[in-house]
Amino acid sequence: MGNAVLRYGGQGILYALFAVFVGYFSSSPVYHHLGPDEGLLRLSFRHPGEFVTDCRSRSPEELAKLPPQLRAQMDCPRERSPVRVRVELDGKVLYDEVFPPAGLRRDGAASGYRRLEIPAGEHALRVQFNDDIRVKGFNYEGDRKLNVVPGQVVLIDFNADQGGVVIR
Amino acid sequence: MSPFHTLNPTEARLEGSGVAARALRALERAIDRACGERDNPLRQLGGLGFYLFWLIALTGGYLYIFYDTSVAGAHASVEQLTHGQRWVGGVMRSLHRYASDAFVAVIVLHLVRELAYGRYRGFRWYSWVSGVPTLWLAVAAGVIGYWLVWDSVALFVATATTEWFGALPGFGPALVRNFISEGAVSDRLFSLVVFLHIGVPLVLLLVMWAHVQRLTRPQTGASRAVALWTLAALSLLSLALPAVSQPPAELDWLPATLPLDWFYLAPLTAIYAATPALVWIVATGLTLLLAVAPWLGPLRRPAPAVVDPDHCNGCTRCFADCPYAAIAMAPHPGGRGQIAVVDADRCASCGICAGACPSSVPFRAGERLVSGIDLPGSTVGDLREALDAALRAPHGQGALVVFTCQRGAGLGPAPGRGLVVLGLPCAGMLPPTFIEYALRGGASGVVVAACPPSDCEFRFGARWTGERLAGEREPRLRRGVERERVEVLQAAREERAALRAGIEAFRARLGAPQQETSTEVSDG
Repeated sequence: MGNAVLRYGGQGILYALFAVFVGYFSSSPVYHHLGPDEGLLRLSFRHPGEFVTDCRSRSPEELAKLPPQLRAQMDCPRERSPVRVRVELDGKVLYDEVFPPAGLRRDGAASGYRRLEIPAGEHALRVQFNDDIRVKGFNYEGDRKLNVVPGQVVLIDFNADQGGVVIR
Repeated sequence: MSPFHTLNPTEARLEGSGVAARALRALERAIDRACGERDNPLRQLGGLGFYLFWLIALTGGYLYIFYDTSVAGAHASVEQLTHGQRWVGGVMRSLHRYASDAFVAVIVLHLVRELAYGRYRGFRWYSWVSGVPTLWLAVAAGVIGYWLVWDSVALFVATATTEWFGALPGFGPALVRNFISEGAVSDRLFSLVVFLHIGVPLVLLLVMWAHVQRLTRPQTGASRAVALWTLAALSLLSLALPAVSQPPAELDWLPATLPLDWFYLAPLTAIYAATPALVWIVATGLTLLLAVAPWLGPLRRPAPAVVDPDHCNGCTRCFADCPYAAIAMAPHPGGRGQIAVVDADRCASCGICAGACPSSVPFRAGERLVSGIDLPGSTVGDLREALDAALRAPHGQGALVVFTCQRGAGLGPAPGRGLVVLGLPCAGMLPPTFIEYALRGGASGVVVAACPPSDCEFRFGARWTGERLAGEREPRLRRGVERERVEVLQAAREERAALRAGIEAFRARLGAPQQETSTEVSDG
């Protein structure tokens, strides 16, 4: 009888310890992803830059040198511009980076992702994009006065159909 | 060193005798006292893993019935399960969660145990390597499961996972946009996630099936007591601490603190503590290290069993008894029935096959005893010669013959007075006829010192030996043998004192003479 109590008691303690171990690490300790007075600024975009060169008309000599099935009048190189992004927060430059187009022929969309914790409170955000290497400076720009509350996620995106820079 | 030495694994410096192994064995022996060896969960971690897998599948199946695979309905349907049907859906959800956590814990414990015991090299390489992907698959299945709840933790997990994968060249930084840009999270995405949450565990099950393919009679479930205790513990945990959701996911909101499940999500937090690329390097490096571990460092691998076509009659006993499915039956080259064929890569060199062979009978005439299947270097012929020599030696007559397992307690370099001690790679190598042979040769009695069955290095050695001597398994110990002169003792490697005490008690019962000098067959 005494042995049985010890055996069952011992097993009960063993499995209880295992359950406590599983139960604790299943949701504890809490993970501090952001500071208590911080928000998150995300830059995420996917955008095909402008073509690097314009289309041009092929001369008769050039056309003659091409195989018959490839004799298109217009020559349109597909290489796209890299996309330059500049992000300023309260006058301080956070990012000023150039994102190359994807693909072996550099004819795909450029994409980028950055994340940065920012203190909660009022901020002045300025975002500039350049998707055409033939343009000096930036051809898209957006700015916003932000009042970031703790835990807020601010997303900087780019959508040419919506006028370019999107701050959400 | 004599092939029939009587050292234990620590004295013989066999793999799996290090500090970690000794500590783990001490823990196992302590838990044995509470649970018994057969129901010690540490001794059936693989089977417990299978059991938890099915528990997760069963509870997951129930949850899937009520789950709404839409952006708007996912979180609400999980809330309805959790609170709307508290005593069924809520418990099922919590059981699903905690069984999944226990599954990871059991897999890791299983890996650590086999690593500590050195059971990952040589013939075990396949089981080890095929177990490595289960870590990734189990964690992947769990992480994907967290997306389904679509609460703030789910959004964190989804973005962190895509940020991590986005660091890989093939994926790129646009991957994370699937979870943070407006309109990207769609009902179709949830259907895909559900598909992955079912598909990845199915692949895991396939890998688990492959993992046990080189085992005869693999344990793919827990013993009844372990299953019931585990279910009871996880059920009580589910009632005491129900799994609950966080607020619904909002793309522009991330709580500062998150109650994460560390069994699954710890790697994701590491990408913020370090960098995604560094976590990839560490994770990939550790995986590769585990995968190549069986071939790191020198390995002393004994020769595999060899079949003698002239003495193999195709009885299939070795085929049935081999613990590692290393023996197949094929047509005999002499055209007389079948012959055993040994797959050297799978062979553990335990000798259980030699113990099962009907040709391993020491009474057979002939200068040299040849068995149908045997271990080169420590054949049953060698064993008969060693036994003959010991019994013919001065004081050999009337001695107590002890056959010990070299993976068990052993009797060390100085076994003791009046003993003829022969160590075997496994107690299962002992053909029962050797017991009768020793008794007829002048031994006062015979002790077979095996390991406890759940402690057997070669899985079935102790069990087969017990069944053979009890007349329940071929080859049987002949009924005419005086049973009172035969003793089977079970002693783990730490229990030499208990083995000695058992031998002395048996000798006292026999009234065997205490001789002045020992006649052990051991050169240490």
